[in-house]
Amino acid sequence: MIFVSIFLLALTTLGAEHAPIPPKQNWSFASPTGTFDRAALQRGFQVYKQVCSACHGIKYISFRHLAALGLTEAEIKVLASQYQIKDGPNDAGDMFERPGRPSDYFPNPYANNKQARAANNGSLPPDLSLVIKAREHAANYLYALLTGFKENPNFKLSPGQYYNEYFPGHAISMAPPLSEGLVTYNDGTNATVDQMAHDVTTFLAWASEPEMEQRKRLGLKVILYLLVMTGLFYATMRRIWKGVRK
Amino acid sequence: MKILEWIDHRLPVVTFFRKELKDYPTPKNLNYMWNFGSLSGITLLIMILSGVFLAMNYVPHVDMAFDSVERIMREVNGGWLIRYIHMNGASMFFIVVYLHMLRGLYYGSYKNPRELLWILGVVILLLMMATAFMGYVLPWGQMSFWGATVITNLFSAFPGGESIVQWLWGGFSVDNPTLNRFFALHYLLPFIIIGVVMLHMVSLHRFGSNNPTGLDAKKKDKIPFHPFYTIKDLFGLGVYLCIYAFIVFFMPNFFGEPDNYIQANPLVTPPHIVPEWYFLPFYAILRSIPSKLGGVLAMFGAVFTLMVLPWLDRHPVRSARYRPIFSKLFWVLVINIITLGWIGAKPPEGAYLWIGRAATAYYFIHFWVFCPLLDRFEKAKGVPEEIV
Amino acid sequence: MDESTDKNPIEDPKRRDFLKLTATSVGVVGVCAAAWPFINSMNPAADVMAVASIEVDISKLEPGQSLTTMWRGKPVFIRRRTLEEIKAAQDTPLSTLPDKQTDHDRFGKNPEWLVVIGICTHLGCVPTERKNMAPAEGGWLCACHGSRYDTSGRIIEGPAPRNLDIPNYEFLNNNTVLKIG
Repeated sequence: MIFVSIFLLALTTLGAEHAPIPPKQNWSFASPTGTFDRAALQRGFQVYKQVCSACHGIKYISFRHLAALGLTEAEIKVLASQYQIKDGPNDAGDMFERPGRPSDYFPNPYANNKQARAANNGSLPPDLSLVIKAREHAANYLYALLTGFKENPNFKLSPGQYYNEYFPGHAISMAPPLSEGLVTYNDGTNATVDQMAHDVTTFLAWASEPEMEQRKRLGLKVILYLLVMTGLFYATMRRIWKGVRK
Repeated sequence: MKILEWIDHRLPVVTFFRKELKDYPTPKNLNYMWNFGSLSGITLLIMILSGVFLAMNYVPHVDMAFDSVERIMREVNGGWLIRYIHMNGASMFFIVVYLHMLRGLYYGSYKNPRELLWILGVVILLLMMATAFMGYVLPWGQMSFWGATVITNLFSAFPGGESIVQWLWGGFSVDNPTLNRFFALHYLLPFIIIGVVMLHMVSLHRFGSNNPTGLDAKKKDKIPFHPFYTIKDLFGLGVYLCIYAFIVFFMPNFFGEPDNYIQANPLVTPPHIVPEWYFLPFYAILRSIPSKLGGVLAMFGAVFTLMVLPWLDRHPVRSARYRPIFSKLFWVLVINIITLGWIGAKPPEGAYLWIGRAATAYYFIHFWVFCPLLDRFEKAKGVPEEIV
Repeated sequence: MDESTDKNPIEDPKRRDFLKLTATSVGVVGVCAAAWPFINSMNPAADVMAVASIEVDISKLEPGQSLTTMWRGKPVFIRRRTLEEIKAAQDTPLSTLPDKQTDHDRFGKNPEWLVVIGICTHLGCVPTERKNMAPAEGGWLCACHGSRYDTSGRIIEGPAPRNLDIPNYEFLNNNTVLKIG
């Protein structure tokens, strides 16, 4: 009787004040041997740079990190120099701006959180460096969110809010950021909303876990080694214990 | 070797290890449930090693803590590995310690003459809980901050509580002084744990290990610890490391909360504050009592109950193998504790609240009512003459 | 324990020892491999290595002007030397120098530019530039114990044992950018 009631209870947790569980997508990096699709990473970075970076920072990523996307040292140098980085004080005692270097980190679009809120109706656009790890359902959630802006089915929204199928509470302060053809991909891929959402999610998954590929490669070696070691210990144990009557 | 003899004559370390580790007579019938002691000890060392190396880069200041952890993950060579080893090591530590304790519960390892051994174990558990609690605050994520706020606020339940809490915080809320002192204490406590573990081992060697039959093992039924149990412990370690490594390399955030990857914000409370899984049963007990003080007393009472168990269960037969009622009640208790854990993660309302209350009541009933009753009324069955 | 040989090959001590030896070696290899990430974590991290070399804009320096920049936590003096300073450095007889290095040895590739680490080789203070002096008297003076360095950064008097150290550097973009490290 207890188990039946527990089971029934579990059912009631579905569709509570949480948003629906986002559908599973195919991610190149999801499986234990999965890796990041380089082309998607580069396209995703393009989406981030041209669309998201207007409001969202990515403060733990340095320009030099982009080598993992396949950018050359020269390309990174050029990219960095296109950004203005706050530095100083100079000899006159003033803060100034200078072109970025590969060792710099992506600058924040706003000077501080208060400025960010003022420019966004009181809402703070979160930094995206960890967004994939910081959300239940990770990449599936982000993809669902970006493609989840729907017509408002008579849902109560305040001014400056939009209806999103997958955002907890359904009222999100971000306007739908993606639209068909918004970005012209450098590699010529057709920039549908789904494509851009997929690519920028891949890029942000990398940003959240840049060590993932190395982690999985090393993990395979470590576990193989451990299996061999455990096997040897097992065999040794059987030899040593042979004949001991329990 | 001559040098070893020279040292041993003046400081008998070689003699000590030969007696207590190599020749140490151990019952020959121990099963794999006896592996968890050494696994706990090794995990403690892994935690200290990984912790010290994390401390080389971690900054215990509210403005830099979260950033410093991300720096470890992204910039320090192998930093992500050391961090994931430490983070998941905490979960592994509680898994092995809980299994170690369950072994004790099932086979009556807490009974005379091992009562103090058991109590020392509970002390180690308490120190581990304090260490883990403070450690989780250090990354200064949302759960770090709000978990710290909720749990430190508990102490206001006691008379004079407000000043106790202010003293704990070093201020008027969880803030920089709190973080800094938690770091200092988190670094300190594991070394105190080492000390208590040594007492635990000395106490163990006084009467030697229990065994699955619960009978006192005779000399003829014992074998030297080395090589028999050194190799068995090494094999167990291998299996353990396979599981640990799989978690670290392929599912490193399985035990964690996504909210802790958001920097602490004193103005925004997460919709669901959940402690780490190993605290969930205690959290459920805490929230099942409507009174604040009652909840705190019940939570600590749950641990205190364990401490006095040798006096609650005084049945002459140690091992549950030969106790037909107790052995079934043991499994009911296990399910009960799992249920408490499940409840701990749910919002304390509706049916969840009532199940939690029932489970809490059952926990105490098991120890305070059933155990003493079984003392008197349970007949043992099938107790063998010898351990083999 | 009975080590006597049995007919059963499984009991054979020699086979048991081989297995034990293999298991032990594999275990030891594992421990060493496991130790490496910890030891390596103490090596300079990626963000430290990223600023291990810096690029300095030297396009605005006129002959006779210096600038000081920080590199790897140390001050680096960059000076665009005048012809007189260079000549004075090149003409100094080696016999007068405690640490015999010609100016050519030090800055032969591009004598107009002096690049030295601004740390006195005695006990580590930062020397100050001797300004407004005749070219032959130019250079640096360390206030701590009186070591004096010439227009090539070489020790000429005082307790310092070595000339001012020279970092690895190269010129980029037509001598407008100096890359140090």
